[in-house]
Amino acid sequence: MAQHNETVLSVSDLRTEFHGGRGHIRAVDGVSFDVGRGRIVGIVGESGSGKSMTALSIMGLVPKPAGKVTAQSIMLDGTELTSLGADGLRRVRGRDMAMVFQEPMTSLNPVRKVWEQVGEPLAIHKGMNSRQIRARVLEMFELVGIPEPKARLDAYPHELSGGLRQRAMIAMGLICEPKLLIADEPTTALDVTTQAQILRLMLELRDRVGTSIIMITHDLGIIAEMCDEVNVMYAGQIVEQGNVFDLFDRPSHPYTRGLLASIPKTTEKRTDGRMPSIPGMVPNLERLPPGCRFNPRCGDVMAICHEAEPPLGEVGGGHLARCWLHSRKADGPAPAAGAVL
Amino acid sequence: MSRVVFSTRDLTKHYQVGGGLFSPPQVVRAVDGVTLDIYERETFALVGESGCGKTTLGRVMLRLHEPTSGQVIYRDQDLTTLNDKAMRGLRNKLQIIFQDPYASLNPRMRIEEILAEPLRTHGYGSPEEIRERCAELLDMVGLRRQFLRNYPHQFSGGQRQRIGIARALANKPDFVVCDESVSALDVSIRAQVLNLLSDLQQELKLTYFFITHDLGVVRQFADRVGVMFLGQIVEVGPAEDIFKRPLHPYTMLLLSAVPVADPHQRGRERPIMKGDIPSPMNLPTGCRFHTRCPFATELCAKQEPQPREIDGRTVSCHFPLAA
Repeated sequence: MAQHNETVLSVSDLRTEFHGGRGHIRAVDGVSFDVGRGRIVGIVGESGSGKSMTALSIMGLVPKPAGKVTAQSIMLDGTELTSLGADGLRRVRGRDMAMVFQEPMTSLNPVRKVWEQVGEPLAIHKGMNSRQIRARVLEMFELVGIPEPKARLDAYPHELSGGLRQRAMIAMGLICEPKLLIADEPTTALDVTTQAQILRLMLELRDRVGTSIIMITHDLGIIAEMCDEVNVMYAGQIVEQGNVFDLFDRPSHPYTRGLLASIPKTTEKRTDGRMPSIPGMVPNLERLPPGCRFNPRCGDVMAICHEAEPPLGEVGGGHLARCWLHSRKADGPAPAAGAVL
Repeated sequence: MSRVVFSTRDLTKHYQVGGGLFSPPQVVRAVDGVTLDIYERETFALVGESGCGKTTLGRVMLRLHEPTSGQVIYRDQDLTTLNDKAMRGLRNKLQIIFQDPYASLNPRMRIEEILAEPLRTHGYGSPEEIRERCAELLDMVGLRRQFLRNYPHQFSGGQRQRIGIARALANKPDFVVCDESVSALDVSIRAQVLNLLSDLQQELKLTYFFITHDLGVVRQFADRVGVMFLGQIVEVGPAEDIFKRPLHPYTMLLLSAVPVADPHQRGRERPIMKGDIPSPMNLPTGCRFHTRCPFATELCAKQEPQPREIDGRTVSCHFPLAA
């Protein structure tokens, strides 16, 4: 990925494994990416691709002892998160990095007033008193466009609509002015009109406050509207990484191409009345196929794809793809062009 | 135009909520005067935001919920006048495919039992004939016959939705309500299931009433579209016309809110609707949409617009766009 003047987050070789009754899975398997200051970086994938687990791993929220997170490095604005203990991470979470979840109703306590919850990080990290907190929460409510902000301070979560709840969650995420906001499917539970409002709000906040955002979604439309850079995940790995324009103009991994083709577009009707689809289904992480993890579903599969896992290789201009179509095996024969099985 | 297979006339479904010793119950007008005609072998898509009443309308049409008033007409029979027994006799022709493939299959039943149940209920035939039909149904939805012995938990979401489709089609229905039937599926799987639904429609001459919030699916698969807002249909017409030139401001704003999977289109003109959907318990006066409508005038706040015909479409708006 292209280097920016300032990198806020740099993740290197992140691995998250789970040991359970039924065996051992690698939910995140060697993920590396950077987030520049004021940039919006997308992680897109289907269920089970590891996109949410990547976020939880960075936040230090993977349940223990079932899950084990290792990384060469997770550097947040000069702080090495992997060497912080649980206490150290707790001091960083909510202050330097914050997360907004999919379901605003389940992430708010139903019996506490909204302002107390939105302002909680200030009590924890900044030691403010309740008068100061109330004033700051009011400012944040104005910033995130909650109508009648003063009246809403004393509301309970159920008195707010889904859209307002998600605005309140974003206010809570941003209240300590974190360097990084991780938004995990922040609009998936919302209607399309409310989604448009929230996405516009996030773009405005990025411009005004300069927060870097990791946007996790299954929706390539949201990626196209919001992100500067994109990571496409499949079965725990990044399979394609690049600038958003590069990625949409020149999708290089067959999975990315399949995903883009299978979106039902609102802008034009296909004349054949059929949707291109990716055959088969997402593999079970306990039983991954040998070689490339996408090989059972891939229309471009070659002999080498069954033998060895492709590296995440350069396809030009910092655009990376994990596919033998674009890489040569270092110690073996290069795939012959057009050698399609 | 082919013939009408299913109609509603001024259909309403009101629910009473709350109410206690000293407070009167409030009325939610979930469906409030819906008149629609669905033609044979078409895909009619019903779109709208959550809480607009689209799921309730689908259920009331099949009399899974009893309507408060109005008529539901299936092939010249008013379903609202039928007794339970007569209604049961028609159920095999009227089917529904639900949204959640995890909640709609009994986890304790094998696939064979799930598929055989509607066949037995409607007296399909001998146990052998029923077994053969179950196997046929799996073929039809692209699943292997040996899956008959399996339980729902052994399948992925996409496969379960195929089973839900097979169950709905067991008795060769005529009219199928698909209530957000592909919404829970991942995008690569959703396309597979949509193609399957489209093939089955051709093969079995089905009419679909497709309830969804996914406008991309509507554009690709629907012949006609109804746009619902707070219990009422505000615009109905051919899908292509509605997508190319929406007449109701709500339709236009709904369409413009959909994210477009092309970063080069970011700079496009994009009006965004303000505020939230009003409460169905406390409806605005006049046009129900006027509190969110960028073009609303005094008239809109006072007088409820009546449906009118414009270019083969029905629109309920005092000031339709670009008419």
